[in-house]
Amino acid sequence: MPDAYDILVIGGGPGGYVAAIRAAQLGFKTAVVEREHLGGICLNWGCIPTKALLRSAEIFHTLNHAKDYGLTVEGKIGFDPAAVVKRSRDVSAQLNNGVGFLLKKNKVDVIWGEAAITKPGEVLVTATKKPAMQPSHPVPKGVLGAGTYFAKNIIVATGARPRVIPGIEPDGKLIWTYFEAMVPDRFPQSLIVMGSGAIGIEFASFYRTMGAQVTVVEILPQILPVEDVEIAAHARKRFEKQGIEILTSTKVTKVEKKQDGITATLEDDKGQARTLEAERMISAVGVTGNVENLGLEVLGVKIDHGIIATDGRGRTNIAGLHAIGDVAGPPMLAHKAEHEGVICVEAINGLDPHPLDKLMIPGCTYCNPQVASVGLTEAKAKALGFEVRVGRFPFIGNGKAIALGEPDGLVKTIFDAKTGKLLGAHMVGAEVTELIQGFVIAMNCETTEAELIHSIFPHPTLSETMHESVLDAYGRVIHM
Amino acid sequence: MPIDILMPALSPTMEKGNLSRWLKKEGDKIKPGDVLAEIETDKATMEVEAIDEGVLAKIVVPAGTADVPVNNVIGVIAGEGEDAHSVASGSSPAHEKAPAAVPAAPATVSAAPAFNGQTGPRIFASPLARRIAKEAGLALTAITGTGPHGRIIERDVKAALARAPSVPRVQDLKAPSVPLPAPSDELIRQNYAASSFEEVPHDLMRKTIARRLVEAARTIPHFYLTTDCNLDALISLREAINEAAPKNKEGKPAYKISVNDFIIKALALALIRVPDANATWTESAMLKHKHADVGVAVAIPGGLITPIIRAAETKTLSVISGEMKDYAARARARKLMPEDYQGGSTAVSNLGMFGIKSFSAIINPPQATILAVGAGEPRVIVKNGAPTVAIVMSVTLSCDHRAVDGVLGAELLAAFKTLIEQPAGMLA
Repeated sequence: MPDAYDILVIGGGPGGYVAAIRAAQLGFKTAVVEREHLGGICLNWGCIPTKALLRSAEIFHTLNHAKDYGLTVEGKIGFDPAAVVKRSRDVSAQLNNGVGFLLKKNKVDVIWGEAAITKPGEVLVTATKKPAMQPSHPVPKGVLGAGTYFAKNIIVATGARPRVIPGIEPDGKLIWTYFEAMVPDRFPQSLIVMGSGAIGIEFASFYRTMGAQVTVVEILPQILPVEDVEIAAHARKRFEKQGIEILTSTKVTKVEKKQDGITATLEDDKGQARTLEAERMISAVGVTGNVENLGLEVLGVKIDHGIIATDGRGRTNIAGLHAIGDVAGPPMLAHKAEHEGVICVEAINGLDPHPLDKLMIPGCTYCNPQVASVGLTEAKAKALGFEVRVGRFPFIGNGKAIALGEPDGLVKTIFDAKTGKLLGAHMVGAEVTELIQGFVIAMNCETTEAELIHSIFPHPTLSETMHESVLDAYGRVIHM
Repeated sequence: MPIDILMPALSPTMEKGNLSRWLKKEGDKIKPGDVLAEIETDKATMEVEAIDEGVLAKIVVPAGTADVPVNNVIGVIAGEGEDAHSVASGSSPAHEKAPAAVPAAPATVSAAPAFNGQTGPRIFASPLARRIAKEAGLALTAITGTGPHGRIIERDVKAALARAPSVPRVQDLKAPSVPLPAPSDELIRQNYAASSFEEVPHDLMRKTIARRLVEAARTIPHFYLTTDCNLDALISLREAINEAAPKNKEGKPAYKISVNDFIIKALALALIRVPDANATWTESAMLKHKHADVGVAVAIPGGLITPIIRAAETKTLSVISGEMKDYAARARARKLMPEDYQGGSTAVSNLGMFGIKSFSAIINPPQATILAVGAGEPRVIVKNGAPTVAIVMSVTLSCDHRAVDGVLGAELLAAFKTLIEQPAGMLA
């Protein structure tokens, strides 16, 4: 294998390109195979463009409440749907371009096409057959083309795609996935969102702010099912106040398509059925890993429920073959994929990194209000047998929150009563997605409540709510 | 490379301490584990142990120096093959500074890196790891960190706990652990009118007694067995033996065996007859001793000490008697060496001369038993169905239940009683 790469990454998403850059830093001869867009779903059709849309929604919302801040706006406050979408695409394009630049700077080869592993250490790249989601970004300059490539180590980082419920398959017209929801031809007047995870809730929040009638249908008794029940309940109250209809313990059993709308049949947990009409529906019932057409089955790679089995450092059961990110299992989050990519490459390099600790992975939902969390929920902690100390602090007790006009929010912290270990932190409210990292660092450094209590949080900031929540867990809260 | 021995910190807040004494002289060979010196603060006393091999090249701070600042050089160890004299001639800048004692576990202080692999005076450990270790009584110095840069994290402490008890506990390393719930000195003083007492500061012996007996009373599960021994035969034999003692020109007998000498010998032989009781408890194993080393509590002004008659089962009564006289004299002069009083598997504490009928004693760790001996006195006993008078002595054996169970203790005491009541058996 004269021209073998040390590391060849299949997939240029946040897991793949970060793994490639880390590999290059460690001196490995590295390549990334990408079939559609550098930066993956995250950067092109996920995290980033949705944040751009939500930013538009946020400003729109603020403008509509200008009076609350003593401001006057002349004329009608409105928006141009095409311009809102264009801004989102431009943001994506800029970052997509940026990934190409970073790979080039790190001398990582980019191979354009679809990859299949023909045998260990050998990858066949063919021209992309999958039609690119439109509008697509241009293929970067200087990429390598179809052919057979060799590599000592292959990292599968092919990401995930929307999960489909049989009978309610997205058609891209009336039933959307996040792809279509991100680039609507027009903003619907009414919308059903099936699924209340991060993706569903973010779109519900966005479209509601932009004026649509939004109904969220969740099969579980709680929206944002992975979040702490109190936080989810707090968020739900706020969503309902904004006019979002939320139906929990309810499933969509049937969708009838019409000329320019749908009729969904819903059934609650008591078997009560009803129908609901809307112009569009978003199917946001989770994502599923892209494990097909890669030659994995032929190689005998262990795949369990659509997830490539790995050892926590990205190794599969086949020597030299690794998997990271969404294909290696939940939580299917960009920052988890990035970190797994780094761990995987460092393990290949013999650096003996610590395996990923899934409890340390924060989760953020950028709805209004935002939701952010890390670690165990109270219920999970108790189920695991911890004797817990729980602290809570509402934003209403925080000066900065009041000044911002964001008095709704809650920070909840959960400690192991025996050791003072911070088991989990859960937040809902303005900017909490920017705050949660404080608790993430705290957990990674294994602080106890003592260090958190001893830390000085700047005044006036929203972060003081974090401090107060810790104080509350130990009966020392000041501003409540 | 000569290595400096630094003044250790007994606690994170300690700034200085007293160097009470050196146990090694300049020029002495040092091997790992040797106790080099004793350090005293207001709260505690500890031993400075060597980790390196070499020669104590120079004592920089002489014994009896008060208020030596932490991390000051107190002595210098020369490595193997190094010229101790050239090393001793002065502390050159090339000296390798030994890490200071680590605050969390100050007992093992020496010129080598702490054995957890971290160097420097600070142990890097996460707050959570520190707390769990503290609550479990684990010494951080004994834990290998696997976090970034060798930092000790929660996982390491839990792994160490799972390995316990092989990992040293803080109380093993930390010298005197004062009883935790004990009220502060100030609170105790408040019970008495200010002028109604005189304060006598503790000396090292008093502190050691307090520390060791608190440790013994707290950690050793004691139980007590009492029996009465008929001394009639022993007293007759003792008189006969003492009368048979050769006399020198001044008419002074060569020996005068005491009842206590018989008791030492009887206890030693009993331990050999009941070998399972001749044991020492450790967390990982039972140490079964091959000889019966019997400690004897000797009261001296201000305290007591327990020198040990080694292999007492092999020694004649006159030899035991001679050793005891020597020990008692040296104990009163405070000239006993550690090897005179360390170890042993049992001890005798005799308060019979004060007319005490019976009492129970606290075991002197690491021993497994101690025999509390009361006065031999005429008592009415029943013999062959009729009351008669005999000289009877009550003895109480305290046992460490971890090492000696009830039946085993009873067997030991029965063997002892047999030897005391048929003392000719000791002469065999």
